Amino acid sequence: MATEATKSTTTRGAPVARSYWHITWRRFRGHRLGMVGLCVVAVLFLVAFLSPILANEQPILCRFDGGFYYPAVVDLIHQVPGTSLIIQKQRPYRLATFDFKREFDPERGDWALWTPVRYGPREIAAEPLAGPSSRHWLGTDQSGRDVLSRMVHGTVVSMKVGFLSMGIAVILGLVFGCIAGYAGGIADLVISRFIEVVQCFPAFFLILAVLAWFPPSIENVMIVIGLTRWVGIARFARGEILRIRETDYALAARSLGVRPAQLVLRHLLPNALAPVLVSVTFGIAVSILIEAGLSWLGFGVQPPDASWGTILRSGYENLFTAGHMIPPACVAIFLAVLSFNLVGDTLRDVIDPRLQAERA
Amino acid sequence: MLSYILRRLVTGLVTLFGISVISFFIIQLVPGDPAQIQTSQIADAAVSERVYQQLRELYGLDKPIPVQYANWVGKLVVGDFGSSFHDGRRVSAKISEALWPTLSVALLSFMLTLIISTPIGIYSALRQGGGFDRSVSTGLYMLYSVPNYVAGMLLILYLGVKWDLLPFRGMRSDGYDEMTTLGQMWDLAQHYVLITFCFTFGNLAYYSRFIRQNLLEVVRQDYIRTARAKGLGERSVVLKHAFTNSLIPLISLIGLTLPFVLGGSVILEYMFNWPGLGRLYFESVLQRDYPTIMALNFITALLVLGITFIADLTYGLVDPRISYEK
Repeated sequence: MATEATKSTTTRGAPVARSYWHITWRRFRGHRLGMVGLCVVAVLFLVAFLSPILANEQPILCRFDGGFYYPAVVDLIHQVPGTSLIIQKQRPYRLATFDFKREFDPERGDWALWTPVRYGPREIAAEPLAGPSSRHWLGTDQSGRDVLSRMVHGTVVSMKVGFLSMGIAVILGLVFGCIAGYAGGIADLVISRFIEVVQCFPAFFLILAVLAWFPPSIENVMIVIGLTRWVGIARFARGEILRIRETDYALAARSLGVRPAQLVLRHLLPNALAPVLVSVTFGIAVSILIEAGLSWLGFGVQPPDASWGTILRSGYENLFTAGHMIPPACVAIFLAVLSFNLVGDTLRDVIDPRLQAERA
Repeated sequence: MLSYILRRLVTGLVTLFGISVISFFIIQLVPGDPAQIQTSQIADAAVSERVYQQLRELYGLDKPIPVQYANWVGKLVVGDFGSSFHDGRRVSAKISEALWPTLSVALLSFMLTLIISTPIGIYSALRQGGGFDRSVSTGLYMLYSVPNYVAGMLLILYLGVKWDLLPFRGMRSDGYDEMTTLGQMWDLAQHYVLITFCFTFGNLAYYSRFIRQNLLEVVRQDYIRTARAKGLGERSVVLKHAFTNSLIPLISLIGLTLPFVLGGSVILEYMFNWPGLGRLYFESVLQRDYPTIMALNFITALLVLGITFIADLTYGLVDPRISYEK
């Protein structure tokens, strides 16, 4: 660590200030497995974001009855919030239920550039429970929908749940962790007791019990996972704030007359973020796992929407006739969990200065 | 020591009280009570409404929630969890039926974990950074990242269905009662294989890494150098002096992983049709069977608190340096 610090200040003679995160990133790049994990995460993210142009029953670009249309791209843009107005203005097709596959007429000069997977996640495309074939690479499910297309669109669910539920957990965890760590006293006592109580429940019991409140849907799954998983983050944040509160720079800031709120937000919290980030990365893996599990149990994503968990469930319900649905979903869940774990492990190694000292 | 135990018991009671209050209110806030679910099939609206009110009265749901809670605690004090709303059976009977299947798998898997991961941990620590250490830790890390229900699905698909090697539905085969004692034991053992494996493999990485880490720390201590200096064989140094001392932190790890063994079982038990606590919990949530849910919440919390308490006490027994006085 010391060598890196001196190196960064002596580059080209002039002192170059490198931020903590910059240094961390440089160290992170040195870990091969961590980078592999990060790449897989990036690919999953891309697949989720690009899912409308990866697997869609509509083509990316097509010529139909003399005009050019790009329905899959419209679906892609539609994901971005606040774009519905633009789409409404430029909607390239007039029909509400534009089905190019049926209306296709080569003699009129129609042609199309299809998405890599030509079937939508809800489209009934073939015989139910057909095995893998050249048309349907991963076969079809009990309703005759293309499994590969459903896998691609299931990625969206997993990534959404992973990131958004941890987003909720981080906000709650940081707020309560900061209050408990900085204010101390009765607030700390109440929050710490509450955290202890929540952690006494097996997490899955708690989630099931709370989830029974709400009609099953992916949004509720996100909220409930967020609501039940913030306690770990709060505990981390509380410990860090307690530690940092006693440092010299915190004392310096306080003696300069910085108000408590500003002290926490500007001086304490940013320095407490590193360990929180590690637990968030692992948390995303756990959330993805919980979502798939809940969807498997029927508490999560509802049909006809696709998620890795529901695909696994269809495979389980048709074990003897259609085992082909199980391995792809298993591989996807495994890859997602493994890659987030790899990133988390690497982050932990890279961030914790004590570990660095131990290695040197 | 005594004051420590007393203090722990008091905080434990407070925590239990908190848990029971929170879970009681969470459950009561769920829209749709058991009376409503049970009367939803009755076509005649007037009859349905009358039965609904009668059921609510029978279950005590017409009273305010604090009164219901007081009633629940009052019965609990004399060890009565009430009767199930779903089938009217005693909750204690339902739970004691489901307890053994879950507990036996947990114990079995725990023993297996220790038996397998201890030698791996010791060997890795001795050959730190060597080929064995690295390949085993990578392999176990991969296994650790396989979610247990994902492994369960794959095992069911290949070992259970495709190759038809092992049973995966429930604890017993159909003709269990007609089998000889030996046959029954064989049948039971076969049913345990897959589900026990699913509970075990993920912990291997965790425990072997833990044992390796602790052993590495202990090996650096002065008394190990002393043991070596006085000419003890490597075997005796590692197994007698180092390993026994590295076991102490393991006790708290056991206390930490227990809630996951109990709670992680919902999906696996449901998947393997295993008549355990996790499946009972899931079914009770679906049926809005308040007394069973409450009892299960209470018992798991009690188990978790109790085991961490025992773990902490044992910690002091095996390590005299730890003092319980403040």
